[in-house]
Amino acid sequence: MKIRTMMLAALAATMMAGTALADTAVKIGVLNDRSGIYADLAGEGSVIAARMAVEDFKAADKGIAVEIISADHQNKPDVASTIARQWYDQDGVDVILDVPTSSAALAVNEITREKNKVFINSGAGTADLTGSKCSPNTVHWTYDTWALAHGTGSAMVANGGKKWFFLTADYAFGHALERDTAEVVKAAGGEVVGTVRHPFPGTDFSSFLLQAQSSGAQVIGLANAGGDTINSIKQAAEFGITQGGQALAGLLVFITDVHALGLQTAQGLVLTESFYWDLNDQTREWSKRFSEQNGGKMPTMVQAGVYAGVLHYLKAVEATAGKDAAAIMSKMKEMPTEDPLFGKGSVRQDGRKIHDMYLFKVKTPDQSKGPWDYYDLVATIPADKAFRPLADGGCELVK
Amino acid sequence: MFELLGIPPQALFGQLLLGLINGSFYALLSLGLAVIFGLLNIINFAHGAQYMMGAFVAWMLLNYLGVNYWWALLLVPIAVGLFGIVIERLLISRLYHLDHLYGLLLTFGLALIIQGLFRNQYGISGLPYQIPQQLAGGQNLGFMFLPNYRGWVIVASLVVCLATWFMIEKTKLGAYLRAATENPTLVGAFGINVPRLVTLTYGFGVALAAFAGVLAAPIYSVNPNMGADLIIVVFAVVVIGGMGSILGSIITGFGLGLIEGLTRVFYPEGSAVVIFVIMAIVLLVKPAGLFGRTA
Repeated sequence: MKIRTMMLAALAATMMAGTALADTAVKIGVLNDRSGIYADLAGEGSVIAARMAVEDFKAADKGIAVEIISADHQNKPDVASTIARQWYDQDGVDVILDVPTSSAALAVNEITREKNKVFINSGAGTADLTGSKCSPNTVHWTYDTWALAHGTGSAMVANGGKKWFFLTADYAFGHALERDTAEVVKAAGGEVVGTVRHPFPGTDFSSFLLQAQSSGAQVIGLANAGGDTINSIKQAAEFGITQGGQALAGLLVFITDVHALGLQTAQGLVLTESFYWDLNDQTREWSKRFSEQNGGKMPTMVQAGVYAGVLHYLKAVEATAGKDAAAIMSKMKEMPTEDPLFGKGSVRQDGRKIHDMYLFKVKTPDQSKGPWDYYDLVATIPADKAFRPLADGGCELVK
Repeated sequence: MFELLGIPPQALFGQLLLGLINGSFYALLSLGLAVIFGLLNIINFAHGAQYMMGAFVAWMLLNYLGVNYWWALLLVPIAVGLFGIVIERLLISRLYHLDHLYGLLLTFGLALIIQGLFRNQYGISGLPYQIPQQLAGGQNLGFMFLPNYRGWVIVASLVVCLATWFMIEKTKLGAYLRAATENPTLVGAFGINVPRLVTLTYGFGVALAAFAGVLAAPIYSVNPNMGADLIIVVFAVVVIGGMGSILGSIITGFGLGLIEGLTRVFYPEGSAVVIFVIMAIVLLVKPAGLFGRTA
């Protein structure tokens, strides 16, 4: 387990003679995958994003000393639990951020509730975090399976893709994404003709793709993520799936995945994200600063979500002049959110962060003007339509 | 039309063929491991990393030097094989007189270092590598669409596997090699440079891994962990086939690919563990492996 500690604001505070010494010390833990298949879409980039949020908030000037630590949960719920417990019990961590991999996120969700701390999730997908498993201590920031299903799923059905076959990663996230998308498909009058659940992570998907190919489905829904999605799309191209008239629906595709696939393979893919670096001047400016620190790689929506989450948390710390979990949570839900990346939004009673989602289409190699110029905006899904209605989630916090 | 356990025969043939293709990778990789273990008694845990290096070097040749796939198929095994030779001379050769465990620890450490270096440089999501123009497209076999490239993988892998088996079991050079493992002192007394033979063998085993890496580059994601994901399965293949058995590793590689392919049809969730279940059974019934000689 790698833990790197960074002292930021403490240093700045001591250097500024005359200003009041920090009266609130906050410790932020960024817990994510730093070596496995989600390391590019979260990983060190999320730590950079958190650090940028602290700098942009000018925490030191406001009397808040922030320390950021990070660790690798290896996409394993047991490892994530151990680290979360140690952080809360021994290391004095106040808030945990990111935590991709739904199974790991659900574990941290429970521990955070038990220890009465704060959990701002950006990386994980399962909509259960604000549904049946919702917690008064959790905010789910960036996206969830419901939003993905309704974004990409509805768009595909509207284009005539009524018969679906699912290729599902066999763990909490894949199951949730498949369930939510299947509901969308059925609600729109479509049907699910088959499902195959593949081991996570997998390497060879040809056998599953062949089953999908012979199923007679019009759309093959990829309910997986990261390296699994990359391999699925790469091999689907090889087996002539799209030439055969079947469409691929990448239900969770990150910009780093498109980068890894290359536009030649990824072109034409329709996908849903809540953030893209080239959306407006503010996202471009921030992303440029980010990529300079991240080896030229543009931010993913997960990393953007970590930035915005830290920013909102620090605002709540400032407003409550303390770090009591209950006070902070109620402040975060009461205060509207505003940041350069997601614009204006809010945090709902069930912990769901509300903002616009976007439907993108991957450009062809000819349309792209250079590296990272990958998406065309197809549609903006307005915030009030993008996420599951409050009453439908089955969250016990909603009265 | 008749059906086998609810699966139409066409679909079954398709799945068997795909299993065979995956088996080609298992066979190539386990062959390299078997050669190295059989002749050097080193459990080469860096094999997965060397396979990954094969894919990455192919990518580098294409992107930095414009060298195409076909040349990469020839040049990459040589380059990575040379890297293996340097490693063997500098590090592994110092461990021959020690227990197996030390070789395993050293190569495992090497694998972690190599993967870490590539991860730092290239990230984890992987790099794009296109299928060469000549092998793009595919054939409609009636029961399935077979991409030309996959067909090529089976052929290339079979040829290389059989050539290796022939070289080690049927030629004079192979006889020297096998003799040198039985009794290095005696073979040395006949005027044969045993340490050099051993070094070249390690280099050859590594070159096989790199060759498999180049074959894999166009169809699997080229990422630093690609070998780590595969190597555990390949070790199971080697154990099932019998540690160090050349023919055993080839047959088991293809055979297990087939079994895994079938599992993907009937019980996809179990396809990641089926090989290990078989390994456990084989170890219980025949601890030396299916083709292994009991010491």
